[in-house]
Amino acid sequence: MYFLRRFALVVPLLVVISLASFLLVRLAPGGPFDRERKPASPEIERRLLARYHLDEPWWRQYLRFVGALGHGDLGVSLQYRNHTVNDVIAQALPVSASLGLLAFGFTMGIGLPLGFFAAARRGHWQDYAGSLSAILMVCIPAFVIAPVLIIVFAIRWRMFPVALWASPLHAVLPCVALGLYFSGRVARLLREAMLTAVKAEFITAARAQGLSETAVLLKHALPLALLPVVSYSGPLLADLLTGSFVIETIFQIPGLGAFFVNGSLNRDYTLVVGLVVVYAVLLILLNLAVDFIYVLLDPRVRYE
Amino acid sequence: MNRTRRVFRGAPSGRRVFRIIPGLHWLEAGSLFLLGCSAILLVGCKQEPRADLVIVNGNEPESLDPAIVTAVPDMRIAKALFEGLARLDARTDRPAPGLAERWEISPDGTTYTFYLRSNLVWSTGEPISTADVLYSWRRALSPSTASDYAGQLFYIKNAEAYYNGQLTDPSRVGIQALDSRRFQVQLDYPLAFFLDLCCYPTLAIVPRHAIEKYGDGWVTRTPLPCSGPYELVAWRLNDKVRVRKNPRYWDAARTRTELIDLLPTASPNTALNLYKTGIADVIWDKDLVPVELMDLLIKSPDFHNFSFLGTFFYRFNVTRKPLDDARVRRALALATDKEQIVRKLTFGGEKIATHYVPDGVANYQSPKAAGFDPEAARRLLAEAGFPGGRGFPALQYTFFASAGGGAKIQGKIAVELQQMWKKELGVEIGLRQIERKIFYSAQSRLDYDISASSWVGDYNDANTFLDMYVSTSGNNRTGWKNSRYDQLILEANRQADLLRRAELFRQAESLLVNEDIPIVPVYFYAGFALFNDKRVKGIFPSILDEHPLQEIWKPDRQSRVHVRQADLATRF
Amino acid sequence: MSETLASSLRQDNPGAGHLGPNQRAWRRFQRNRPALISLLFLLGLLALVGSWPVMLNVAARGGARSAAWAEHLQPDRLSNDQFRPPTLAHLCGTDVHGRDLFSRILFGAQVSLLVGFVGAGISLVIGVLWGAIAGYVGGRTDGWMMRTVDVFYSLPSIIFVIVLVTTLEGGLKRVVMAFGIGSTDLTARLLLLVIGLGAVSWLTMARIVRGQVLTLRARPFVDASRALGAGPVRILFQHIIPNTLGIIITYLMLTIPGIILYESFLSYLGLGVEPPMASWGLLIAEGADQINPLRIYWWLIVFPAVFLVSTLLALNLVGDGLRDAWDVRAD
Repeated sequence: MYFLRRFALVVPLLVVISLASFLLVRLAPGGPFDRERKPASPEIERRLLARYHLDEPWWRQYLRFVGALGHGDLGVSLQYRNHTVNDVIAQALPVSASLGLLAFGFTMGIGLPLGFFAAARRGHWQDYAGSLSAILMVCIPAFVIAPVLIIVFAIRWRMFPVALWASPLHAVLPCVALGLYFSGRVARLLREAMLTAVKAEFITAARAQGLSETAVLLKHALPLALLPVVSYSGPLLADLLTGSFVIETIFQIPGLGAFFVNGSLNRDYTLVVGLVVVYAVLLILLNLAVDFIYVLLDPRVRYE
Repeated sequence: MNRTRRVFRGAPSGRRVFRIIPGLHWLEAGSLFLLGCSAILLVGCKQEPRADLVIVNGNEPESLDPAIVTAVPDMRIAKALFEGLARLDARTDRPAPGLAERWEISPDGTTYTFYLRSNLVWSTGEPISTADVLYSWRRALSPSTASDYAGQLFYIKNAEAYYNGQLTDPSRVGIQALDSRRFQVQLDYPLAFFLDLCCYPTLAIVPRHAIEKYGDGWVTRTPLPCSGPYELVAWRLNDKVRVRKNPRYWDAARTRTELIDLLPTASPNTALNLYKTGIADVIWDKDLVPVELMDLLIKSPDFHNFSFLGTFFYRFNVTRKPLDDARVRRALALATDKEQIVRKLTFGGEKIATHYVPDGVANYQSPKAAGFDPEAARRLLAEAGFPGGRGFPALQYTFFASAGGGAKIQGKIAVELQQMWKKELGVEIGLRQIERKIFYSAQSRLDYDISASSWVGDYNDANTFLDMYVSTSGNNRTGWKNSRYDQLILEANRQADLLRRAELFRQAESLLVNEDIPIVPVYFYAGFALFNDKRVKGIFPSILDEHPLQEIWKPDRQSRVHVRQADLATRF
Repeated sequence: MSETLASSLRQDNPGAGHLGPNQRAWRRFQRNRPALISLLFLLGLLALVGSWPVMLNVAARGGARSAAWAEHLQPDRLSNDQFRPPTLAHLCGTDVHGRDLFSRILFGAQVSLLVGFVGAGISLVIGVLWGAIAGYVGGRTDGWMMRTVDVFYSLPSIIFVIVLVTTLEGGLKRVVMAFGIGSTDLTARLLLLVIGLGAVSWLTMARIVRGQVLTLRARPFVDASRALGAGPVRILFQHIIPNTLGIIITYLMLTIPGIILYESFLSYLGLGVEPPMASWGLLIAEGADQINPLRIYWWLIVFPAVFLVSTLLALNLVGDGLRDAWDVRAD
């Protein structure tokens, strides 16, 4: 019931988010057609704005936007004037989503074991080694990791392509470069949560029952310790699915991330608002899923 | 219980650890699901045939519609797809016959009659006639097309009035189709560079039937009727534009490369990596050669640099004190050590600019202006009331930052300029770095003291640099108004005699760089291209950085395929 | 149940031994060798960062040799010694303008540490309170508060920062001018940066804290103290937040590098620090441009990265140590 109600909230939330982003992009100084060179006459500038209804009051523009959105139409991009926003998303989202899913898998595949073993071997060298590598992952940004990976694996050893998006092999380096940073964060969160969880009362009780330490950690502590990781994963997955500007630029991948940043920088109002709507849908649904998983992991969680 | 322990010790892999927990099967199932999805999506990538030539072209094209394109990388592609009445000769950058096989110019220089080639057809087979030319030009001029460059047509009789709505009948604009092959243009005055404009994409010939059928997105639909040497195969955003030879182009016999990929690359290092691993054959955008490596690359035989119609300069806001005093402006200009900027920062063989219009522009020679002279600068500043920089107000030098390649150098130039002014004049100039769109809007509103600027010529004529400083121009952006300058530009453009015209322009430019100094040219950009001239032929130095695709060819395709496969053997 | 009750009672009555809780915590912290070394390292770094400009100033007023030395190390002194590898004269080499990199790293530390700590502080205060209240009160309040977080999280952060910078910059400059704190532009820009980064960085913290509180409020010891008549504020601050402290500290330590690196991205877009000022994020970003197959000016990337990584490593170890030291149940 609670989750049904939350689901019904998606539409009003989208209205709020689209309106907020709609106003925000228009508040930013400079417009989509402010460039290094102005057209030959002010009249041309005026016509340009009129062509895209940018000369109307904002509320009318917004109503126009909502009306079109009702038909699933997000409008024409102001920077890529031959493309509709739907077209941009239809081309870029599948790319971002597949890279994002892979990177998410990689993040969890590295981060969870790393965090778990660091916690399980607390105070031993494995803990220090694990934590050190996790912190290194967190501190060294993708724009440093990615070129190093390219030089070593793509140019020196020729194992993977340097850039572009054409085959599964092309996804390997971007996926690693994108995932490493988040693996470090997941590992740190999980380690900490494990250390907290093993102190809970029922863990002591489970130990008292004579279960082995490993079984206690896996069966009783891990589900509880996953909670903060799950909280973090909701927005993380939404971010990963909608692409990464840095990775897409370095590997020249036609994903959504570059459109988010370039759209903002170019004041491509329609594109930015369209992307925000897509992102918001993902984010809201994933956070709903997160709340659902809380109950699975810890049946005592109640929302009402 | 015992089993659990063994598995834990023996199997550090996360997967098997999860399997033993009954409650956590979803984790495993989830990760398998994720991998499955991704695999399906990835396999979904279509395998395409390899292109014969791969070019790193520059940023993702904002448009390929010739009436709408504004950026050089976009224009390079648009011009390959759509041709105008004339086209630029790749070797000389001068207009040569395009879709029109010849033209006649009336003795007073205001009436042009173009003769279309016979049997012209679109790449899809339909004939091209003067009706298409008429449609294309009217479309570029129509307010509903909202072309940024509609102004290129304002030299035509009644065109501006029509655009502004003072005239509603399009037939009164000075263009008409005399018959199916003859097309006539009436100009307001003899325009020296009108044929250059005819090579410009805004005036290219576009297919009415496709535009009326598909609207805004017409240029993304294939098969796209093209009038140029190439036709569009695919345009995938931020992925590539792929073009194939148009076999129905009038000069198709001379088009030598069949299939070309143009990559939109945003990072110079990525461009270099693509080139180094043999994926790209050519990098030809000046912003995509890493500045950090310029000193190394310039020694490589693959590096080609040529003069380019672009100037880096800074503007003064002459409406602010003390910059309203020409002596102060001159002092700051004389204290600018342009040599040092080129030597320390650009490395690409750029030449310092003592005048504004780049050398090499057609039919023009710029006046000379004073170079670096700190002694005179200090004297002038003292005369203006700030001896040794004392009492000089806190001014700011404004520039924009951008994640893109070429713009990074702006910050470096700013740092050097600040130091020069401090060292030579004792003047403290603050640095103000702002975001690109904020910068353009601030510059237009004259919300700056001194601002970094650059200008790249649209066509090969001094006018593209000089007419922007007339009082009414939206590109003036200095607050500087000079009626003599306005008069000189106006007179020059009505002048049919090229020598006399150049002289008038020279006087005007002298006002800019010698007398009033609202702007200070720092250096001229250089054009760069990276390609092995043994394997890729037909890329010529171009002052407009335009390299027609139909001229490019590879003498030995076999050798390249060979290299590729050796490459691939290790990678796949 | 009775054991948990006892433990919660013990929490309410600290100081059962002859040592106060602070003293006991400090003693435990001292026994944690890595944490102690890290703390000393951090203090040393802070001292160096703080005293470096002073040292340069003092040296500049000293004799000819020391003045020359100071002049040579000024972070914004341009020279023709471009791209010199590390030597004794330039410990970390020089950059494109021939400036001393070591000096620039120390000056950049001021910006990065300030932005990182203040941003993390904002995220700590707002994020923890927001998440804890939402999670503890639950129901409709939780719904509203978390939906607000969703809305903020969905807005494009670049646009948000652009709007923030442009709308507040003028006003902030006047305020700074009125108080006469340091250089106007610089202070105003830094303040804006901190506000902007803090404003976008508390959202995930709130979400994580809320998730923790949701499970904690259902634990027996919370029921127990509620049964004993403790009010919601007391339960929140004495039972629930202390129990999430570990996660909060850990996530805070993850927020700091996040903010420092995001600052470099903003600076690249012209929204962050302005040249000739430096920050670690910006130095690393500039260094990253040098990573290419032809030639690497390795010192430009290695030294800023080493400073950032070692500082954050030390911070994390100190964080771990503090968490353990304050852990009541460790006895």
